[in-house]
Amino acid sequence: MIQIEKVSKWYGQFQVLADCSTQVSKGEVVVVCGPSGSGKSTLIKCVNGLEPFQAGSIIVDGISVGDPKTNLPRLRSKVGMVFQHFELFPHLSITENLCLAQVKVLGRSMDEAHQKGLQLLDRVGLKAQAAKFPGQLSGGQQQRVAIARALAMDPIAMLFDEPTSALDPEMINEVLDVMTELAQEGMTMMCVTHEMGFARRVASRVIFMDHGQIVEDAGKDEFFGAPHSERAQQFLSKILQH
Amino acid sequence: MTINLDWGIFLQESPTGDGPYWTMLATGLQWTLATALTGWAIALLVGSIVGVLRTVPYRPLALLGDAYVEVFRNIPLLVQLFFWFFVWPELLPAEIGRWMKQDMPYPEFITAALGLGWFTAARVAEQVKSGILSLPRGQKNAALALGFSLPQTYRLVILPQAFRVVIPPLTSEFMNIFKNSAAALAIGLTELTFQMKQMVEYSNEVIVSIAAATVLYMMLAFAVNRGMAWLEKKARVPGMIGGGR
Repeated sequence: MIQIEKVSKWYGQFQVLADCSTQVSKGEVVVVCGPSGSGKSTLIKCVNGLEPFQAGSIIVDGISVGDPKTNLPRLRSKVGMVFQHFELFPHLSITENLCLAQVKVLGRSMDEAHQKGLQLLDRVGLKAQAAKFPGQLSGGQQQRVAIARALAMDPIAMLFDEPTSALDPEMINEVLDVMTELAQEGMTMMCVTHEMGFARRVASRVIFMDHGQIVEDAGKDEFFGAPHSERAQQFLSKILQH
Repeated sequence: MTINLDWGIFLQESPTGDGPYWTMLATGLQWTLATALTGWAIALLVGSIVGVLRTVPYRPLALLGDAYVEVFRNIPLLVQLFFWFFVWPELLPAEIGRWMKQDMPYPEFITAALGLGWFTAARVAEQVKSGILSLPRGQKNAALALGFSLPQTYRLVILPQAFRVVIPPLTSEFMNIFKNSAAALAIGLTELTFQMKQMVEYSNEVIVSIAAATVLYMMLAFAVNRGMAWLEKKARVPGMIGGGR
């Protein structure tokens, strides 16, 4: 589904990604973790072309992201993305947030979009909030709406960029629950997150990044049981203490 | 010392043969309104386009937008009006230049409205740009990630938010364009200040004439201000900037 092949990226002289290669197969849930500044967010943003990269290739559903001839909007409409700061459109109601791209990008009728939007809103447990505006919801609620908004496009895969990092501890679980459910239903997912509990529960593989490199790319049990690299061991020992 | 103020002067016939003095000011008010409103329409349209261009990820377009603002914001309005009125027709092919000087209808009005519009557009562009840059970067990414094209992203996501942010500074610009329209008297547009001067000259009622024009300008500014406040309230979104009030 997603093949990342020797991807490198520089900001001027500074290399943020170095020869990153991995893949996410259909139905797989891959968790990307690592210290801040390690390039994990940048890598996931390269997958749908929000960040350009200078070397290597990324193929999503058979289409090359880096190819200048690729119709990026079309490709992006098939890959859902959830952001750290939710990024709901604050000037639109929750319903409008859910319908806008369905109508303007996929060409669905307003009725169809509305129905689909409400169905997904119900699924994330927020049907009662349909007429409200994003600014009137809590962070956790906003993030669940953001997930519903991405799902409304019937994506073939979902990208999560630290979806719980901006949330109060109490709200993290309500978002993780939705993500866990999604993973169990067989959605292909690539998640940048520090939620190791979530990784343990649903991840197929865990990727550990440091200084722009993929240091470790292993099955969940292997990663949590006996990580190869010293850097990953260190990282795990630090964050698994609590 | 006593000052004799003849407040009845407005009803007296003016020697220009255009009827009583109040009609003189009324004509001026009409031209001021027409010039400022036409200029504002041009300023909003051109200013929005230029403001957007300055934020797009294509360098040549952004530079073009920057250049526009530099040129139109750095030259005095009066000089710009003189340029469009006296110099520009000379630079065009002879045929067109002659048409502009001899046959173009309402040459003072058209020149003033366009000149004022282009000048104000530079200032509007600056506001629109700062409005766009004030939004979180993630908004653009979120829109693109949903599959919107860049123009759709601007139209549906960025601009509706950016314009809400800049309604207050745009209100100032809208009020400014009424006040700046007085500069058009220099190219002979019979707008309010021009007519006020006429009235002073013919009636010798300096204080009364200027007082009348002052009140009319203040009423215009007040109307714009109230109108924009209404718009701001209408556009307010719960939970967004200022929406809590």
